[in-house]
Amino acid sequence: MSSVLYDVPGPKAKARNWIYTAGFLALFALAAWWILSVMAEKNQLDADKWTPFVTDARIWTTYLIPGLLETLKAGAIAMVIALPLGALLGMGRLSDHSWVRVPVGAVVEFFRAIPVLMLMVFGSAFFVKFVPAVSSDLRPLYAVITGLVLYNAAVIAEIVRAGVQSLPRGQTDAAKAIGMRKGQTMVYVLIPQAVTAMLPALVSQLVVILKDTALGGSLLGLTELLATNRQISANYANTIATLVVIALIYIAVNFALTSFASWLEGRLRKSKKSTGAVVGVADVNDMATGNNSAGA
Amino acid sequence: MFDFLDSGQYDLLGAFWVTVQLTLYSAVGSLIWGTVLAGMRVSPVPLMRAFGTAYVNLVRNTPLTLLIIGSSLGLSQTLGINLGGETFKETGFRLAVLALTAYTGTFVCEALRSGINTVPVGQAEAARALGLSFFQVLTLIVLPQAFRAVIAPLANVLIALTKNTTVAAAIGVAEAALLMKEMIENEADALFAVFGIFALGFCLLTLPTGLLLGWVAKRVAVKR
Repeated sequence: MSSVLYDVPGPKAKARNWIYTAGFLALFALAAWWILSVMAEKNQLDADKWTPFVTDARIWTTYLIPGLLETLKAGAIAMVIALPLGALLGMGRLSDHSWVRVPVGAVVEFFRAIPVLMLMVFGSAFFVKFVPAVSSDLRPLYAVITGLVLYNAAVIAEIVRAGVQSLPRGQTDAAKAIGMRKGQTMVYVLIPQAVTAMLPALVSQLVVILKDTALGGSLLGLTELLATNRQISANYANTIATLVVIALIYIAVNFALTSFASWLEGRLRKSKKSTGAVVGVADVNDMATGNNSAGA
Repeated sequence: MFDFLDSGQYDLLGAFWVTVQLTLYSAVGSLIWGTVLAGMRVSPVPLMRAFGTAYVNLVRNTPLTLLIIGSSLGLSQTLGINLGGETFKETGFRLAVLALTAYTGTFVCEALRSGINTVPVGQAEAARALGLSFFQVLTLIVLPQAFRAVIAPLANVLIALTKNTTVAAAIGVAEAALLMKEMIENEADALFAVFGIFALGFCLLTLPTGLLLGWVAKRVAVKR
């Protein structure tokens, strides 16, 4: 295996690699030992802090699973609303008329520039002031969804734009050649192909949305997965164990989505039926509560 | 409409200054940590590669909120690791920088790694054929091209980091998002004005970064 950084290792390089491996292993063991000893000192490794997650089903049925469901619910609703909104904004940004393109562009850039947390806080206050019909139980959910929708619609608009622009120019040319109007080109030729091209990016955007729901738990009182850590550690006095388990749940769900997105991307790139244009996962290497790089 | 600003009750500039400080410290930290991680992920040692891959996949899929709250509840309150911070304020700031660095480092790592991947293998092969040593190949051929390719992605990471600092509000760091929450609660009549001020503040922080670094990225891009 030869890469741009190093060649196929010879005997000398192999010996050197062994030394590096040993050194790294020693360093890693040292760090692990230090962490474990600190934790042991504060009684965080005691069995009774960790066993409830295996022995006590209530910890799952009362806290973790309802929390996860709330997280998934908020994420799913936000995605379902943000998708059409984002598609609309994305097409607006591609419009030939500057009176559509410019304001839509401004809206998209504005909502991408603002932290999603601020949008959620704003949403919460907005519902208090202008939509008192929303009961205070539901308000956190509404506020979180509002924040997520505003931000992610802007991100999805960029994904849509990148999707349409990733298509080969020949597609537009061919549509023109057979006499299609601009709208027809968009609706019959470009959008259907762009949707396939965008799928991986949209799936990986779901990860971002799911991670962002955690903001609602800590600042707005949504009872999502992360927020359950307070109740669990209040009952079982095991803060670190709870946080580790919650982190593992997030990682499992998000890693599954991430892997699915990359698999989808690879499949679309290889597929002979598509144009091979894909807005990849890396193109929207979006950080949670973060920024999107597509089209930037 | 904006008269609540004159009351002297809110330290708007101070809050944004904390945001800027959080951003700068975490940016430097995550640049260093991300470079180390990227070094591991492209190294010829399988064990280091495995560690780098595992770290990036685990941390990137964890919500930043969990990392920041975890550093506060877990590290500070349970284990008593306060990072040398003496007051509550100092500790919170340092914990936030730690969590932001641990999180953002993974994105810096991925950006740098994709930068190294943009350099065609032929470049290194040609350099080796000329008789350059590994160190010369790295410093003269590969890294200059890689760094020029990643300025735009790194700019995006920096912008995202700026916005991510708001999550520090979850552990009570007195930055812009926390002040906004407080102001919205107190000045409910001026909801749009308050939101507008903070939105403007973030536009002023992020847009110049994006424009400037975008321009630099275009200037130095390697044309192939």
